[in-house]
Amino acid sequence: MKITATAVALFLWALGSAFAVSPQDSCVTCHSALEGKQAEPARLFAADVHRQVGLGCADCHGGDPKDESMNAMSRAKGFRGAPKKAQVPEFCARCHADIAYMRRFNPKLRVDQLSQYLTSVHGKRLKQGDTKVAACVDCHGVHNMLPASDTRSPVHPTNVASTCARCHADAEHMKGYKTPTDQVARYLKSVHAEMLAQGDTAAPTCSTCHGNHGATPPGVTSVANVCGTCHVFFEQLFVKSPHQAAFARMGLPGCVECHSNHEIVKPADDWVGVGAKAVCVNCHAVGDKGYAAAQKMAGDLARLKTFLGRAEEILGTAERSGMGVSGPKVELTNAHEALVKARVNVHSFNEPEVRKLTEQGVDIAQKAYQAGVVALRERDVRRKGLGISLIFIVLAVSGLYLKIRQIESGSRT
Amino acid sequence: MASLYRQILNWLDERFGAGAVEDFLRHKTVPIHRHTIWYYFGGMTLFLFVIQVLTGILLLLYYRPTPDDAFESVQHIMTQVRFGWLIRSVHSWSANLMIFTAFVHMFSVYFLKGYRKPRELTWITGMLLFFVLLGFGFSGYLLPWNTLAFFATKVGTEMAGAIPVLGKWLLVFLRGGEEVTGATLTRFFGFHVAVLPGLATVLLAMHLLLVQHLGMSVPPGVERATAEGRATARVMPFFPNFLLRDIIGWYVALGVLGALAAIFPWELGTKADLFAPAPAGIRPEWYFLFMFQTLKLLPARIFFLEGELVGLLGFSLAAAIWVVVPFLDYRAGFGRVTRFFTGLGIFALGFIVAMSFLALW
Repeated sequence: MKITATAVALFLWALGSAFAVSPQDSCVTCHSALEGKQAEPARLFAADVHRQVGLGCADCHGGDPKDESMNAMSRAKGFRGAPKKAQVPEFCARCHADIAYMRRFNPKLRVDQLSQYLTSVHGKRLKQGDTKVAACVDCHGVHNMLPASDTRSPVHPTNVASTCARCHADAEHMKGYKTPTDQVARYLKSVHAEMLAQGDTAAPTCSTCHGNHGATPPGVTSVANVCGTCHVFFEQLFVKSPHQAAFARMGLPGCVECHSNHEIVKPADDWVGVGAKAVCVNCHAVGDKGYAAAQKMAGDLARLKTFLGRAEEILGTAERSGMGVSGPKVELTNAHEALVKARVNVHSFNEPEVRKLTEQGVDIAQKAYQAGVVALRERDVRRKGLGISLIFIVLAVSGLYLKIRQIESGSRT
Repeated sequence: MASLYRQILNWLDERFGAGAVEDFLRHKTVPIHRHTIWYYFGGMTLFLFVIQVLTGILLLLYYRPTPDDAFESVQHIMTQVRFGWLIRSVHSWSANLMIFTAFVHMFSVYFLKGYRKPRELTWITGMLLFFVLLGFGFSGYLLPWNTLAFFATKVGTEMAGAIPVLGKWLLVFLRGGEEVTGATLTRFFGFHVAVLPGLATVLLAMHLLLVQHLGMSVPPGVERATAEGRATARVMPFFPNFLLRDIIGWYVALGVLGALAAIFPWELGTKADLFAPAPAGIRPEWYFLFMFQTLKLLPARIFFLEGELVGLLGFSLAAAIWVVVPFLDYRAGFGRVTRFFTGLGIFALGFIVAMSFLALW
């Protein structure tokens, strides 16, 4: 009986705790009763990530949320009010640069945002008194901040470009700076934006190349490194290539020189070579070694593609004729792989290396083509076999018909 | 030569009375009238069944009924085994032609009232054989373990699962578990090469014995015309006249099968992936299309029952009526043709054709 009573008491206590009303926050109570701009913080804060981890207005703005009088916002109660734009980074950094404090909420969260920010163009300009530049709240929002992993957050990968565009695509806002305002429009035409739009959040957006808190345009010499964080093989080949030193000497940014920066479209094979769309001829002219190498590399790629096309065509014909060519088709994927490798190796600008790979692909494609020839021959054999067997069937049917006639004419007479 | 044949026959006659068989064949006749053509479809179905048995045995030499090997073994048969492509394609095409000829045979017997007294059991064994053939088709479809077959089996067994009371048990029994897995493949293989052939052998033996015992049915119209003196009863000897005609039909079927196998070898598709989403355009074999389309067209709820359940109950009831039609249309046994049952047959045939075309549209 005693045990039952204790259990009931414990249960009621647990129930009471679960449904206990949190102590009233006077900031929220008063600001909710206000109108317009002054009511907004209380309204927005309900969904804010800080609110979700149990922080209140006073944790940033100071004051006493238990005091229901105006005295709650007195200096004596530690009220700090809203920071001025120039003070925002340090205002946020009081907590976000404090390892011990941040560890209580998320041990994985970085605490170097302020130090990074101070190295960025935004941070440096803010220090110089330019309050038009972005500080924390310009990108993350105020009172309705969400984790970057939340798709509604302005700093979620899918929203970063439009967040940056709020300032960087605004010609009026950017007046007085040397920065162009078409970067986002150009980025949106890129293969990176296309992949991101398809839901691939690993695809790069502005902050992937420029950094987020330490946002700065990559320098001429570091472009390849930036691209190389994702395109590792391309970078490795490029830094070993003769172009690396030549570009550095001429002050040309590596990858960007051929692929552009923001409007990075899907590359095509005709970029290599000396044709109308070739980028090699931007620097190389008839007679120089690079021109000849570009011409040969384009020839190597074209040769492999021709062999691949032939093999695909004949295997397709064989397959449509009902022949089983799944084996050679699987083999042919290795030739496609060789083409991909050769395209990557173009970045070594080493023609013999490219040729080695394309010739491997040509060998495979030729074997697949031969398999297609054999399959078509087999198809013809089958059809001839069918023709011959049909002749025998017709003969047998005719013989049977005549036999029936013979039997039945005999029985009639 | 003739004396050697006579000697062998005498030898057999002394041991099990083979002479009686010869005597039976010598005296067996087939009626001749304007509907005689329909008599050939039973023999044609039997011929295609024999083709199925023979090609099936050959396929068994190489086929491996496991999820890891099934697809590859059929691929091996199609590409590496000498004439494997021919055997597999003939097996697949012949299965479809056999079901088609079985449909024709069934409806011709129905419309010519071949189920009349005393042939009720011939009809019932024929109907059961027809269900066994559909079972062969359903179980065999999964055996290559390709994507289309995998998902069609999933949908098909789900339908069985919707049957009240027994549904859940039936689904688990068919699948060998809750889902279509390797266990389903092994089970279907067992049905296809052991259970159904056993049933088919018994039913076929009964069906053929009944056909031989009772002879071919003459349609009531022809019977009436003969009785009224408007036509004369003509017959032809079964052996060799009818049999030779049968053989002509079998040769033609063989030629058609060969041509289909050589020009349109049966496709294998892609290997089934248990975790892949269902591709678009999943549908069963053509002979199940009318049911598939009907269930698709039914509303989600009909009164207080699920639409699918109503459809399945409807088909079950229709099949039951179809099986016992000789007892329902007992007046036909006295030569009286009831328009209702002829109309029912026309409706059933029209419904099957219309729904199948609608599904293919």
